[in-house]
Amino acid sequence: MLAKAPGMTLTDIMYIYLPIAEVSVNAFLLLGLGGLVGVLSGMFGVGGGFLMTPLLFFIGIPPAVAVATEANQIVASSFSGVLAHFRRKTVDLRMGTVLLIGGLAGAAVGVVIFNYLKSQGQVDLLVKLCYVVFLGVVGMMMFIESLRAIRKSRAGGPPAKRKKHSWIHKLPFKMRFRTSGLYISVIPPLVVGVAVGILAAIMGVGGGFIMVPAMIYLLGVPTKVVVGTSLFQIIFVTAFTTMLHATTNFTVDVVLAVLLLVGGVIGAQIGTVIGTRMKGEQLRILLAMMVLVVCFKLAFDLLIQPSELYSIGAGGEH
Amino acid sequence: MLRLALILLTFAALPVQAGEDVVLGLSRDEIEINTTFDGSEILLFGAIKRESAIPEGELGVIVAIAGPSQSLNVRRKERRFGIWVNVDAVEVDVAPSFYAVATSGPWSEVLSEVEDLRHKISIPRAIRSVGAPSTIKDAQSFTDAVIRIRTASRAYKVDEGAVELREDTLFQTSVRLPANLTEGDYATRIFLTRGGNVVSQYQTVIDVRKVGMERWLFSLSREQPILYGLMSLAIAIAAGWGASAAFRMLRQG
Repeated sequence: MLAKAPGMTLTDIMYIYLPIAEVSVNAFLLLGLGGLVGVLSGMFGVGGGFLMTPLLFFIGIPPAVAVATEANQIVASSFSGVLAHFRRKTVDLRMGTVLLIGGLAGAAVGVVIFNYLKSQGQVDLLVKLCYVVFLGVVGMMMFIESLRAIRKSRAGGPPAKRKKHSWIHKLPFKMRFRTSGLYISVIPPLVVGVAVGILAAIMGVGGGFIMVPAMIYLLGVPTKVVVGTSLFQIIFVTAFTTMLHATTNFTVDVVLAVLLLVGGVIGAQIGTVIGTRMKGEQLRILLAMMVLVVCFKLAFDLLIQPSELYSIGAGGEH
Repeated sequence: MLRLALILLTFAALPVQAGEDVVLGLSRDEIEINTTFDGSEILLFGAIKRESAIPEGELGVIVAIAGPSQSLNVRRKERRFGIWVNVDAVEVDVAPSFYAVATSGPWSEVLSEVEDLRHKISIPRAIRSVGAPSTIKDAQSFTDAVIRIRTASRAYKVDEGAVELREDTLFQTSVRLPANLTEGDYATRIFLTRGGNVVSQYQTVIDVRKVGMERWLFSLSREQPILYGLMSLAIAIAAGWGASAAFRMLRQG
């Protein structure tokens, strides 16, 4: 009999079998990936789901498991963040709740769309198109905006003041958001919430990369409460999507989530330190460039002929 | 009465006519998937039992291990509006999740086409597809794609000459099972051939099961999905919180 020698060797520890994904993956690779994405999320204050999910596809985690597990991971990685923001009182609970109501509705819609397109075999395409469109738009907006800000600060003038009044302020159902110092209609935050909820369910992302710019540029929420408030909303929406995936598709892999998380939390701490040493505009232009690179790569993959035209999916899904 | 005795006699004589039987040993008939599971190697060894002289014809041994069968939906991309989109789909009714065949010699010498068809030994024969929609004319290319993709991912493999045959009596081979193994019964078949015809076969099952934490988490996720979902959230939150608290303490000294 060829029995394994007693006592674990290093190679035994390195590989870990994920019970739900049903693949064996190097544990250090997962910790490293979590750490890398964590550094970026700490630097830029984004969740990093939009980078992690494609990376998980790349290392061979089944896409359905990657999307569901990433939702689970985002809940946990946002949790310690939102606690810190609560301590600093930089969470607008009222705004967060309005966004959340929209977000839960959006997540439910997103899962319905997801399941319909899955039955049509178009879910991969949908996910990639979502990435291309949203990353492209957000990346370009951020890039242009931060380029302008850098030019302004070089020219020595005062930083650009954002437009305070727009069509948004003409909508009905106004509500006072004290922490944000806003008096606006509830319709725009609800719409933003719905949009982010749909994205969270379909793309396996928290949606911070859409919500943060939307809150700043569309709603005019002050920058210091934006991150805490969006984290507050993201936690509940991604917890909801995690439960939906766990109960309908059985695709949440807790072992995978914990490994990514441990790396991610440590990476995020390092990233925060790097982030505080850099200027805001420089950070934003870096993030914009990164977003655009991911966008171009995905768009490129859709446009050129793939080397394998066929793909295998589970049967019996008519 | 005499006729009946004759018939009985011929029936009793049949196995002797074949003359050769496979006796098989397995290094293990159970594979346990635990946290550190990183694939497994199965050693198959056996002997050919015969009660008469060695018959005529080239001797061949074929070993086939098949994972649990699945039905698959195979899709093909086509260019639409400038981007590549899944258009046609074909249902492949039966395809094993894993399939490995090892032979003692070149494929054409150890097995005839007719016998392959009868026993479904080669990879293309082990896959069955019936219901292709009439709009798709080249349904075969979808089955070919399954073989191509799974061969590339090492789920399917053919090893000609990997079965070591000694003195026409003893044989052995080893089959590597990959790390991303699907749970289930792995049907293991051994065929003994003479001049391409199957003269004896032996079938057994290798049991692949998750154990320990793997088993527990998997069962919980299927049987108590709500509990599993809540537990995943709780564990992840606790781990994230713990890691950040530990890191803070580390930095503060």
